[in-house]
Amino acid sequence: MTDTTVQDLAPSSAQKFRQRTLPFLILAAILVAIPMTGPSRTFYTIAHQMGINVVFALSYNMILGKGGLLSFGHAVYFGLGGYLAVHAMGWIEEEAGLWGAFPVFFLPIVGFAGGALAGAIIGWPSTRKAGTTFAMISLGVAELIFAAAFMFDSFFGGEQGISGDRMNGTQMFGLSLGPIDDVYWFIAFWMFVGILGMWAFTRTPLGRLSEATRDNAQRVQFIGYNPQKVRYLVFIFAGGFAGLAGGMAAVNYEIFTPDALSLVPSGFVLIMAYVGGIAYFVGPIMGAILLTYMQSMLSDFTEAWLLYLGMLFIVIVMFAPRGLAGIVFGFLDGFRSDDRGAFLKSWFTTLAGGFLMLIGLIILVEVSVRWSNGYGEVYEPFGMHLSHTNPLTWILFLVATVAGIALTYFANRDKEGAA
Amino acid sequence: METLVFGLLNGVSYGLLLFMLSSGLTLIFSMMGVLNFAHASFYMLGAYFAFTLSGISSFWIALFIAPVLVGLVGAVVERYGLRKVHANGHVAELLFTFGLAYLIEEVVKIVYGKTAVDYKIPDLLNFAAFQVYGASFPAYRLFIIVIAVGMLIGLWYLLKRTRAGLIIQAALTHPHMVGHLGHNVPLIFMMVFGIGCALAGLAGVMAGNIFVTDPAMAVQMGPIVFVVVVVGGIGSLEGAFVASLVIGLLQNLAVGINASFADIFGFIGLSELSEVGRISISSLAPVLPFLLLVLILIFRPQGLMGEKEL
Repeated sequence: MTDTTVQDLAPSSAQKFRQRTLPFLILAAILVAIPMTGPSRTFYTIAHQMGINVVFALSYNMILGKGGLLSFGHAVYFGLGGYLAVHAMGWIEEEAGLWGAFPVFFLPIVGFAGGALAGAIIGWPSTRKAGTTFAMISLGVAELIFAAAFMFDSFFGGEQGISGDRMNGTQMFGLSLGPIDDVYWFIAFWMFVGILGMWAFTRTPLGRLSEATRDNAQRVQFIGYNPQKVRYLVFIFAGGFAGLAGGMAAVNYEIFTPDALSLVPSGFVLIMAYVGGIAYFVGPIMGAILLTYMQSMLSDFTEAWLLYLGMLFIVIVMFAPRGLAGIVFGFLDGFRSDDRGAFLKSWFTTLAGGFLMLIGLIILVEVSVRWSNGYGEVYEPFGMHLSHTNPLTWILFLVATVAGIALTYFANRDKEGAA
Repeated sequence: METLVFGLLNGVSYGLLLFMLSSGLTLIFSMMGVLNFAHASFYMLGAYFAFTLSGISSFWIALFIAPVLVGLVGAVVERYGLRKVHANGHVAELLFTFGLAYLIEEVVKIVYGKTAVDYKIPDLLNFAAFQVYGASFPAYRLFIIVIAVGMLIGLWYLLKRTRAGLIIQAALTHPHMVGHLGHNVPLIFMMVFGIGCALAGLAGVMAGNIFVTDPAMAVQMGPIVFVVVVVGGIGSLEGAFVASLVIGLLQNLAVGINASFADIFGFIGLSELSEVGRISISSLAPVLPFLLLVLILIFRPQGLMGEKEL
């Protein structure tokens, strides 16, 4: 067996560059290019929110996607990290001890420490089991901490929360963090660091073991590792990165309230990560960007935006469990395959069907919401006058929905026939 | 003494209400392995359906029809939603019900409005059942106890003494074997899910008028029902029963205690002025179930009466 030629399976340096280095260079280029386009204040506000949520959703995916742990209380670590950062902001202002010399720019590190510490304490009992037990403990802990937040006013500040002022302490990189474009560099820097850090984590032995533990904890034990310890360590890191996002939010908003660690943001981060696609590293990034955009834009257009969010989530769970990233990569794979024509036909038929169903849904929801409110307001898209008494409303709704369902049905029947 | 008696009575009626909710959830969980996150949403639907029905007919008709309607909604959800997701594993199922809870809440907001509806206790039961220590105990709470005990006996009879119950029990533990014996297991699953939701709906009919019927009622009740099921032990109806009563009593008795930590732990020097010292037992009441949950999961993961570990 000496003359066996070993085929080198490791990626070539060109592949490494294309798959590992290039995406980060592009990301950095985009982040640098954005301020040159002279964006508006609203854009900055949403972009900052996106940056925070990207890091938060990625940290959540460290435990859900890579670790296989479903948590209903991830906002606890975001919140505790953020609270610590807001307090640190206060200490910087008072110049308490050495804090006077600490730059506000590096507060996310404090957030990371806070989140990791909380993860180390709470994770110790809760990561001993995976699966439903873990999910239930995370829910119980989240409720406990949220309730406790209203009992310890000195740390959580009660209903009003704790606020701070970011324009104190030592300046870094000539950024006073006063104007919003200064804050942009802060958010962009830490988002980049967060993404890079969490991506690097997936390349470490611990990151690899975390995926192995998710897939088969027993085998991990056989090769001599302790799955509980792996889960615990990963949990601490996930808590830390959630705290990092909390620290970013602390500087961006200069306030933290107990609502930040309630079940609502915990549910939202779960939806962001899952809609984006938990099987891919970029999934949560896509989910965070899309849902943050929807949250800020859609809630201006319609009061039923949570209904659309719930619908989107259910549709993803039922029909596209690999999320948005799965849809995008699936499209790219299909596009590159030999059978491009058939794939595109089926894909675009499904897309058209989905679009028609969406139109039907929007008509139904928007007309119902206005009918329910009873202010006599009428839904008027493209100059049409769609009231609930107008037969055209219901005809449009029925035609769009039925046509959409039929198209999707035929597209998928073709697919089954081909397979 | 007075607070103790009232705490006990209210605790029992609240605990039995919790059991109505958690029995359905336990049945569903032990059969399908799905913790139905939307269970409390079905409870909310029960209250709203009863509100509509008692508006057009009477409370008594609503008492029977509303749970049936909720059960039908549940069966449809199982047939066209959960069954499809089932192939993707338990996490997907859990997430599906999680999304469903969002959806039901938003739909209820559109149909019934964002504020509470005026769902009242029927006049026939709106009187004081008896007097204890000069205060009266409402007849409706007594009625809840009667209905809950009746439901408990009915459920026990169905599961342990009928042929249908035998098949359901068999399908809980050995679905494939039951399938091989020629029973339609997916149909059984659908029925159990429907019955579980109907029980939640019944709890909603009973509870909607003593608490508040508003779109937030599902979010308030949901986590507590989970606590009951997990504390009682997964798949154990007896455990769910004990846990419901324990949590019902714990919460209602704690509300009646005015003492603060400083009063109790004053002997080790805990001051009335410190933040921990100022926390009163009554303010701890909403937290107690979750504290219990975390402690149980850490020290006795199989729950009070469960056989298998979660």
